[in-house]
Amino acid sequence: MRIRISKGTLTRLMLFVVGSCIAQSGLQAQGRGGRGGPPPPPRAGEPIDLTGYWVSIVTEDWRYRMVTPAVGDYQGVPMTPAAIKFADAWDPAKDEAAGNQCKSYGAAALLRIPEHLHITWKDDQTLQMETDAGKQTRLFHFGAWKAPGNESSLQGDSLAKWDIDRVAGKPVGGSLQVTTSHLKAGYLRKNGVPYSDNAGLVEYYDLVKERDGDQLLVVTTVVTDPMYLREPFIVSSHFKKLPDATGWEPSACSARW
Amino acid sequence: MGKLSMGRLSVGKLSTVLVVLLCVGLPAMAEIDLSGSWSSKNTEDALERGGGPHPDDWAGLPFNASGRAKALSFSQSTISMPERICWFQTQWHIAAGPFSLKIWNENDPVTGKIVAWVIGGWETRAPMTIWMDGRPHPSKDAPHDQTGFTTGTWNGNVLTAYTTHIKTGYMRRNGAASSDQATITTTFLRHGDMLTLALVMQDPIYLTEPYIITRSYMLTPTPVAVAGPPCIVGYEGVESGRVPHYLPGKNPFVDEMTKTYGIPKEAEMGGAETMYPAYRDKMKDEFVMPAKCKENCGVQGRN
Repeated sequence: MRIRISKGTLTRLMLFVVGSCIAQSGLQAQGRGGRGGPPPPPRAGEPIDLTGYWVSIVTEDWRYRMVTPAVGDYQGVPMTPAAIKFADAWDPAKDEAAGNQCKSYGAAALLRIPEHLHITWKDDQTLQMETDAGKQTRLFHFGAWKAPGNESSLQGDSLAKWDIDRVAGKPVGGSLQVTTSHLKAGYLRKNGVPYSDNAGLVEYYDLVKERDGDQLLVVTTVVTDPMYLREPFIVSSHFKKLPDATGWEPSACSARW
Repeated sequence: MGKLSMGRLSVGKLSTVLVVLLCVGLPAMAEIDLSGSWSSKNTEDALERGGGPHPDDWAGLPFNASGRAKALSFSQSTISMPERICWFQTQWHIAAGPFSLKIWNENDPVTGKIVAWVIGGWETRAPMTIWMDGRPHPSKDAPHDQTGFTTGTWNGNVLTAYTTHIKTGYMRRNGAASSDQATITTTFLRHGDMLTLALVMQDPIYLTEPYIITRSYMLTPTPVAVAGPPCIVGYEGVESGRVPHYLPGKNPFVDEMTKTYGIPKEAEMGGAETMYPAYRDKMKDEFVMPAKCKENCGVQGRN
């Protein structure tokens, strides 16, 4: 049996083919930073599930994280002369006397601390991260949330958005980007390496699956600070997912340990 | 010619076929371009990746008793033996070295499809080729070399590479070794001009848990060379037949981290336990913070 196709049908057919290709191409381009339709509600539209308990795996910068480095030990941090001068005068006793034991637990350094994380949805628009070390809480606000004021705090004000990878319009993965402002001055390392209250913080949260099935959370942190950093301070920290709260041991901030 | 004759195809089926044929050049999965020059940000493990780690710094390394014994037997003069001068340089060099990366893709000349991503740019290493064309890994009995054999897959915008068939190499440049059964999984996480690599080494011979390292890079307009100077075997003073080493209990550097930074000796010796927060409680009473940093402090002109 043979069919015959008119020129008009052929034209429509080709338009359909070209349109399909453009649509597919466009959908594939809707990845991180790409264009898409209206975003789904943050909780319902999460491309990756960050919730649960996580534990730090400290294989990097061990002697700056697992123990308190000595005064003057600043390897790897692009400090300005002002930062070196500030850190050289670090005195944990003074911090304790002033009630500043939590200066090394601020958002810019919080994920470098050996700790457990507990991530939950506080509500449909807010992801909450708690730490056992220092008993800190961060809130990642999605959507059109506005900071209530200009007051700075240890954890600052964090705006979050999903970067969604799509294939044929369907999410196949992605990451979380968090931008934090209104930070109170703190320490990048326990031994007084400072960041100022003008510091900015951008973080990228990614999930990586190991071949043995374990789930890793990789957080890339970018701290900028014109006062105390010569260039952005970029580190990546990794955590392993835990099945439950085993090991969760809340402890108070310490200026010395 | 106003009419075309076609075979036994409905218009619907024909459309489907044409869509498949015309769209075949598009990637099957979401992908992103990784090509370019990427500047390494050596803010983490700056000493280890730069001048080199202390000879007894194995804290945070999940090796087993065999791995520890091998590391303790290691003398830096070992790598002056002609047959071991290039021993260091497996693909783990990305994690342990300070080098920037040059990434490019190789295309099939007919279809234009990407058949491989290639990572070059660091000294003494051959580029790492990540095959994307679905080819299988060789038999486990196939020869191993320092480059190994790597395949990659996309999951959304994330590229995951899996390396096998690497020779015995190192995890840290102080004798912590990886075996020829080690594998490396490298995940490429791109966020705009930033690239984070998550490297996971698994080794049934020397590790009790995966060894995980993450590294960060920034896209740079300054070209990174596709290859650095090669590792060249030469005479470095070790006479033929001699194997520099330390016998058990004779390594003279086992307390260097304790003397320099007050870190308990047991922690220096590594093991999976030292990677986790709970280990801090165990060593808290033994740690003695030095009054002031005396060496490798990271301040130019001070030490």
